[in-house]
Amino acid sequence: MALYSEKVMDHFRNPRNVGVIEDADGIGEVGNAKCGDIMKMYLKIDNDIISDVKFETFGCGSAIASSSMATELIKGKPISEAMELTNKAVAEALDGLPDYKMHCSVLAEEAIKSALDDYHSKQGK
Amino acid sequence: MIYADNAGTTKMSKAAIDTMFRLVNDTWGNASSLYSVGQTSKEVLEQAREDIANLIGAEPKEIIFTSGGSEADNQAILTAARIGASKGKKHIISSAFEHHAVLHTLERLKDDGFEITLLDVHEDGLVRPEELENAIREDTCLVTIMYANNEIGTVQPISKLGEICKKHDVLFHTDAVQAIGHIPVNVNDDNIDMLSASAHKFHGPKGVGFLYVKKGIRVTNLINGGAQEKGRRAGTENVPGIAAMAVALKEAVKCLSKTIEDVSKKRDRLIEGLSKIDHSALNGDAIQRLPGNVNFCFEGIEGESLILLLDDKGIMASSGSACTSGSLDPSHVLLAIGRVHDVAHGSLRLTINEETTNEDVDEIISKVAEEVAYLRSFSPIWRDLVAGKKEFIL
Ligand SMILES: Cc1ncc(COP(=O)(O)O)c(C=O)c1O
Repeated sequence: MALYSEKVMDHFRNPRNVGVIEDADGIGEVGNAKCGDIMKMYLKIDNDIISDVKFETFGCGSAIASSSMATELIKGKPISEAMELTNKAVAEALDGLPDYKMHCSVLAEEAIKSALDDYHSKQGK
Repeated sequence: MIYADNAGTTKMSKAAIDTMFRLVNDTWGNASSLYSVGQTSKEVLEQAREDIANLIGAEPKEIIFTSGGSEADNQAILTAARIGASKGKKHIISSAFEHHAVLHTLERLKDDGFEITLLDVHEDGLVRPEELENAIREDTCLVTIMYANNEIGTVQPISKLGEICKKHDVLFHTDAVQAIGHIPVNVNDDNIDMLSASAHKFHGPKGVGFLYVKKGIRVTNLINGGAQEKGRRAGTENVPGIAAMAVALKEAVKCLSKTIEDVSKKRDRLIEGLSKIDHSALNGDAIQRLPGNVNFCFEGIEGESLILLLDDKGIMASSGSACTSGSLDPSHVLLAIGRVHDVAHGSLRLTINEETTNEDVDEIISKVAEEVAYLRSFSPIWRDLVAGKKEFIL
């Protein structure tokens, strides 16, 4: 059996929404280089809808695939729905991750929450 | 396809495969049986023992066949530990970047009251003989230091280390799994008391290896049972595997000097090409290293993704990143030579051999450069480094 599912390999080889949004409304960065994974999410939000999302990731195959899948799952969705995104949903959408790679999906969930928090705190100001 | 993971395992040589096939067919008798089919197996077994002994400067009775390098390491260390304990000596010296077959065995001995000193391997990945001499104590019963490191390929000053052990009357074991068949190894010249080897690292089969133990040393057996291997390792012998190992080693040693010259040149070409990638660094000394080993760190990227992308391009290599080890820590070898976590995650090991061509080398260089640049293009660390928000380490 291969290390990763076809879905994971597809998102790793052809990551969706890679890059930066220069005038992002919310930015979240989680993880650290020491552990070998960093994810950065950029959100563009219009009328409470995530109109655009981009990511940058330093990490292994499943970290890149998880970031990519997470962006797909929230793009075009209302903020309220994005707030509900769980790491399990990311992993399931990828047809599963090896046990010791589940933390990559957790990181993806956290990166999105962190970007949304950033958006909210900027709104509050 | 370019296979560049020969330190992981090697493809069996044609001669080794032919030998194994032939023996599986013809020489399937139990080497302990008295009838002729068994005795033929016994002859093949003893011929293999003699051949291997000759190739490393040992006597046939000093060779014990094992299931590979891990078993040989375990047996050598437990042998010395038992001898030491019987004299009240419970101190062992090793190095920080040994294979886990050694480190985990030593870790277990701590529970039995052994004290372990791990020598520093410095930034160049080399043990200093004077530091070994300073570390030896009255109660030291064993020094175990690998001949060549499996990740960064650095070759230790083994004969000097052996000399120091001899002078202080301490047993000296070396894990020569990566060295045997790749550089000259002679147990007499190098003052080695015990040595571990594994066939699959020199074009022999997997699951077969040997332990050399100098005569006069009382061996502790790990596997109890029948009287095979003179009571030092029970179990019906894997005659086809052992004979194939002997054939593979003979072949490797026969053209050793030519192979070393040829492979080292390609190694240096590869090192030169990869050095041109910005913010990269070779791991381990450039000269005191195995002919086929190249190991680099690339800042701003993670090794597992690089391995997967290279695999897509038909290049097989390995990495010491945490993600390839299944833990959160990158390779203990890279940490031992002082690479910080951030860059240790971005390591790439390429281990080439006599079949690797110059075209292969150039292909590896261009593909690695391409994939490193691609991964950096969306790495948040790389962005911060380039923007000056973080300082480059390499
Ligand atoms: C230095 C070293 N020691 C020991 C071993 C273990 O050998 P084996 O796989 O034959 O048990 C290896 C191979 O992975 C190695 O590279």
